[in-house]
Amino acid sequence: MWLRYCPRFMIIRRQHIELSTSAQFVQQLNTSRRDRSHSYYDGVYHGHIQTTPFQKALLAVGSGVAALQDPYRHDMVAVLGETTGHLALVSLRDRMRNDPEGLTILTERPRIRLSTLDLKNMASLPDGSFGREYLRFLEDNSVTPDSRTQVRFVDDEELAYVMLRYREVHDLMHTLLGMPTNMLGEVVVKWFEAAQTGLPMCALGAVLGPLRLNARRLQSLFTSLGPWALRNGRRGRCVLSIFYERRWDQNLEDLRQELHIEPPPATLHPSRKT
Amino acid sequence: MAANIHCSIINRKRNFLSHCVINMAASVRTFVRSLSRKNACFTAVLRRSECRGFTGAAEDRSTHFGFETVSEAEKASKVYKVFENVAQKYDVMNDAMSLGIHRLWKDALLHVMHPQPGARLLDVAGGTGDIAFRFLDYIRSQQEKQQRRAMSLGQTPSWRDISDGYPAGGGAPESAVVVCDINKEMLKVGRQRADSRGVTTGLSWVVGDAEELPFNDDQFDLYSIAFGIRNVTRIDQALKEALRVLKPGGRFLCLEFSKVTNPVLERLYDAYSFQVIPVLGEVIAGDWKSYQYLVESIRKFPDQEEFKGLMEDAGFFCVQYFNLTGGVVALHSGFKL
Repeated sequence: MWLRYCPRFMIIRRQHIELSTSAQFVQQLNTSRRDRSHSYYDGVYHGHIQTTPFQKALLAVGSGVAALQDPYRHDMVAVLGETTGHLALVSLRDRMRNDPEGLTILTERPRIRLSTLDLKNMASLPDGSFGREYLRFLEDNSVTPDSRTQVRFVDDEELAYVMLRYREVHDLMHTLLGMPTNMLGEVVVKWFEAAQTGLPMCALGAVLGPLRLNARRLQSLFTSLGPWALRNGRRGRCVLSIFYERRWDQNLEDLRQELHIEPPPATLHPSRKT
Repeated sequence: MAANIHCSIINRKRNFLSHCVINMAASVRTFVRSLSRKNACFTAVLRRSECRGFTGAAEDRSTHFGFETVSEAEKASKVYKVFENVAQKYDVMNDAMSLGIHRLWKDALLHVMHPQPGARLLDVAGGTGDIAFRFLDYIRSQQEKQQRRAMSLGQTPSWRDISDGYPAGGGAPESAVVVCDINKEMLKVGRQRADSRGVTTGLSWVVGDAEELPFNDDQFDLYSIAFGIRNVTRIDQALKEALRVLKPGGRFLCLEFSKVTNPVLERLYDAYSFQVIPVLGEVIAGDWKSYQYLVESIRKFPDQEEFKGLMEDAGFFCVQYFNLTGGVVALHSGFKL
């Protein structure tokens, strides 16, 4: 009943499932939510939560504030990315569709997780190959590919996959750019991703990240690493369109050339902390 | 009064019919679900519950978990998981969601309760101890008021009065509050709060189910349950247990979200509940679904009159309710006589 008076942007468009015979006895619920008898799969994909535009706006603001207050809240950064990134995700998806390898990824939907990676095989690859360098990166920085937050607030299922792919490919970006996971490395990768993807969350991270760097790092960022990242991000091929899982044995330098990425101007070591 | 009884019988018939319909719909849904379910282990659970339909009554009956329909056996464990997740941020979230007004509601509960020194309170679903701490503060202030009154009368206390004041076994009955909760995480948070406040005596923490309290009959002067009874699977069972553990003359007090009386306020409240509260849950506690459950469970709870009827059916006398904040919260009170 209240739907009639509610502003359009606060209504969730859902199907009504009405019980036929005794509708007058069953209390009409106050919202138009479908009777969720299957809680496992509520929404367009596993883990999807339906939200109205008003809720998305509120989430964007709230998660932005929370992420700024506590940068270690990766789930808030993730939520910010999902709620603000719709247009960027659409353009990314179109770019992927226009690329033959990207189209393969969209149809096959590969996932990068420990269970799908053959670590022994990758360790036996020669030095300088993409797979070996990626493994080295994971070991040196003590990260695992399984720590990505699940996508929840993107309403289109294909765009949700694009978002997920972007998150899973983030570590591979570190390997491609040769950046460790300290603050400076993360900011450089964010600049690259902002130029590549156009996601507002990346842009925000790129702008606010440098605030936490000391003067020496800031200088190196603005003079050499930053412009390098932006330049390569703009002219490089779309990094989400690469089927990394089939390129583990490819030489890293060859892969960089193929993606039009110059080698990094300075080698940063993972032992350095901000 | 005859009209009232007639209305209550009709209401009960209507509730019974709707319950039957929900049961039928639920069993059809269960069957369809088991046919088309992709996840094998989920199917296995459903099949097990169907096979046990004739022997296990709890799996056969269904109840609501927010807007979802689940079996009664499932509901308890789902509610447990919800509160396990929210326990650490429970108090912060209460303040954020109610803009601090929940403190006024709990203060109102204590004012209506008006406990006197020597009273024993059982606070069920009292996890983090809000009511318990308020109770102890109230008792202490009542004691101070009594002492001030005695002083102002200008009488010097006799030796008997002084010796009564000494903390000793066998003196005047000490007031005590027992906090009972089914969820260990919530009790853990409550104990931490007690330690940080420096409260050591007069307080005990017990793990227990409101439908099956681990206490003997006729133990407590006061029974309170604040924002907990809507999470109980069988409310009538919880009310019967409350009646059992109260002493004759004891008082039952229940603070719970209820139906808003004003239609304008109701629309605002609904919009706020469904739009803002899950977002707050996600941002502050990192848990959308638990707070979605919270606002849905409020909608499924019986309204003021229905709950009053339930209390009367359980055997309480002089049942009355007070609407707080326009009906957002209702305080029900009944006596065991």
